[in-house]
Amino acid sequence: MIEGAIWRRWVFFYFPLTAFIVALLFPFYWMLVTTVRPDSELYRPWNAPNYTPFWTLHPTLEHVRDLLTETLFGTWMLNTMIISLAATAISLFCGLLAGYALSRLKFPFAGSLGTMIFITYLVPQTLLFIPLADIIRNFRLGDSPWALILTYPTFLIPFCTWLMMGYFKSIPKELEECARIDGATRWRAMVYIIFPIAVPGILSAGIFAFTLSWNEFIYALVFLSSPDEKTVPVGVTSELVRGDVFYWGELMAGALLGSIPVAFVYSFFVEHYVASLTGSVKG
Amino acid sequence: MTFTYAAVRPYAGTPRRGPLTRLLEDERWLAATLLLPTVVLLGLFIAYPFVKGVELSVTDAKVGVPGHFVGLQNFADVWNDGIFRVAVWNTCLYTVVTTIFKLALGLWLALLLNNNFKGKAFTRAFILLPFIIPTVLSTLAWKWMFDPTFSVINYLLFQLGIIHSRINWLGDPHLALISVIIVNVWRGVPFYAISLLAGLQTISPELHEAAAIDGARAWQRFRHVTWPLLLPVTLVIVLFSVIQTFADFQLVYVLTGGGPANATQLFATYAYQIGIGTGLLSQGATISLAVFPVLLLVVIVQLLYIRRVETH
Repeated sequence: MIEGAIWRRWVFFYFPLTAFIVALLFPFYWMLVTTVRPDSELYRPWNAPNYTPFWTLHPTLEHVRDLLTETLFGTWMLNTMIISLAATAISLFCGLLAGYALSRLKFPFAGSLGTMIFITYLVPQTLLFIPLADIIRNFRLGDSPWALILTYPTFLIPFCTWLMMGYFKSIPKELEECARIDGATRWRAMVYIIFPIAVPGILSAGIFAFTLSWNEFIYALVFLSSPDEKTVPVGVTSELVRGDVFYWGELMAGALLGSIPVAFVYSFFVEHYVASLTGSVKG
Repeated sequence: MTFTYAAVRPYAGTPRRGPLTRLLEDERWLAATLLLPTVVLLGLFIAYPFVKGVELSVTDAKVGVPGHFVGLQNFADVWNDGIFRVAVWNTCLYTVVTTIFKLALGLWLALLLNNNFKGKAFTRAFILLPFIIPTVLSTLAWKWMFDPTFSVINYLLFQLGIIHSRINWLGDPHLALISVIIVNVWRGVPFYAISLLAGLQTISPELHEAAAIDGARAWQRFRHVTWPLLLPVTLVIVLFSVIQTFADFQLVYVLTGGGPANATQLFATYAYQIGIGTGLLSQGATISLAVFPVLLLVVIVQLLYIRRVETH
């Protein structure tokens, strides 16, 4: 705690912390206010005398209703949910097995394979999306959820593997050795002894992978083209802007509702999320 | 003693093992099996696209038109392309400036959160929101806040007496780059803060107490106790952040689309514009590839520095 007089505590602690919180959360408040504000108030210039930016006296759910009835928002939510869950499941499966192999087993090229997976962890999506778009087209996967279900694991698996390796290393080898002395095969010791212990790690990796898939933008933008195949981030940014006109009420309603699943998952598993976030940057 | 040795199985209770089980008993075969799905997926959708990208960059392929070999013509074109140079310059500027601000503000916030206060867990959970919420969606909120006619930021600055006429945040070339930087910093600070906070919490309070007893002031304690212990984790965070920022796409795509007049064009948005927007696959692939060495250099320098710090 900041020592000294009370004014010091205010100047060096409460004031800066409040400023940070307000600045970091204000855009979300703004989303909410815009969503419930009627259009007549929304498009009032900022220097108009009756401009009341921070609240509204006539809250309305008109924008939410329009979003749900007149756009494909529901379809996008469903698409994003299916794609995120499938990509997360594939990545967890691969990451769990690969993480076990790389942290527990001795085999030739283990080190270099681990390094290669780490390097793919560092490859940003924007570096490969153009050739990948060509490949997706050649595989005839374009404009289908499979294009994303199969490509999202490329940035999720390295992360899951990395996280699971760290987790497996913290489980004592003796546990497995005991099981093997009692007659379990390597496979059974892995599946029935080690994997159950690793459940918290799997949960962390899964939550992180789910939020990353939900947030992904460039692959979804490039690989999908029909409006009813799109994911939430792409649908909201491309389909709610007609011509040059931004329908801000609907846009903000879409941004708000589109964030809810991630915020929901996050709020239940904050500790797991933070663990995987910090785990992901520990070397 | 009528004990027939052959009847006893090697280990009590072991079921009979099939050939597959015996194969998986071998560490190398088990490892190969476990790694197979990962290697197939990463090979198919990372290694193959990389090779494909190199292949595209030496042809004149367009969407739907398989190209002919043109040698290094694309690279020569890109090198002489004024917009590409602007994009690379913007990318570097964007990365350096945002990283400095994210690190400074993130560290400050982490130090604030490292104190004990009421509602700490709650605050920490809320602070991460900008990082959790899909970037394009929160960026849309910023685009609305930056709107020239309806900007709430202008309203605030006007009410505070800082400005007297409207500021066209995204329409003015210089301000547009600053606006994009502000949003990136806003999104990145929570990540830095929470990761650094995790680092801070591993530092034993006894070290601080010892330094305080020896008469070190707050700043000296930070400079000589906290900072050296925090440096390794800081460097790893910076490494990740620099790569992500360098390759940033969605934020600029939503806020400005690279405009006005390419003032906020990053290499990723430019590659998208050429490769997908106009369908010049080979040119787009070349732009991505041309940036690869720069990124590689940045990563190698950082990795070497991290190794040097960690061995000390």
